[in-house]
Amino acid sequence: MSEPLVFHYEVDGSDFTSAGTASVAVKKSLRQLGLPSEVIRKLSIAMYEGEINMVIHANGGTADVIVTEDHVDIVLKDNGPGIPDVEKAMQEGYSTATAEIHSLGFGAGMGLPNMKRYSDEMSIETELGVGTTIRMRINMA
Amino acid sequence: MKVSDLLNNGFLEITLPDGDREIDGVYIGDLLSWVMGRASQDNAWITIMSNINVIAVATLADTACVILAEDVDLPEDVKAQAEIKDINVLKSPLPIYETAVRLHELLS
Repeated sequence: MSEPLVFHYEVDGSDFTSAGTASVAVKKSLRQLGLPSEVIRKLSIAMYEGEINMVIHANGGTADVIVTEDHVDIVLKDNGPGIPDVEKAMQEGYSTATAEIHSLGFGAGMGLPNMKRYSDEMSIETELGVGTTIRMRINMA
Repeated sequence: MKVSDLLNNGFLEITLPDGDREIDGVYIGDLLSWVMGRASQDNAWITIMSNINVIAVATLADTACVILAEDVDLPEDVKAQAEIKDINVLKSPLPIYETAVRLHELLS
């Protein structure tokens, strides 16, 4: 596997119940590639949280997964409102989600913290009114 | 203990596409992000949530099965998704705590 493998997904922002489609598809593809199950688990959880965030806050976006020999990168990009206070958003339990989102079992304020927990490296670029790009890396070993 | 072994022990089948799967430990929770961050692979997951996102979380967290406590039912479209994604779903007529105690007896 010398050339990186790239998977690209559009995350539909209109339908909350379809969130997770990309993560589940990635999980399946990476299983077929024979990646370690712990890497796949971390990656798909981190990516699902990102997808949910894009649906809740940003009306969708794109997700790219790049697989190389020693790591997997996930790049989540949206044209949403941006994150006003990243430090606050990274705190467990902090959420700006609505009551409707809560009734679906989300909005616990664990999304970004889980993404950090399950990735080995994570960076957030965000600009108010422009959008947010999150990059996560998960090492194979 | 296999997921299918729960059936003769007070748990009811909703759908068991992968009933031979072994259970290792139990996790309880209804906040999906919390569950996804903390449930371990192969756990039996007890919850009262039954919307479509439960199936996605069970898939991604790789739990052995979902157990709906308090006789909660699974909507038909969610059940169909569970079957497509090979997610075992059972239900228990007992409240969450008693369901967990029962599982503990069976698993130990």
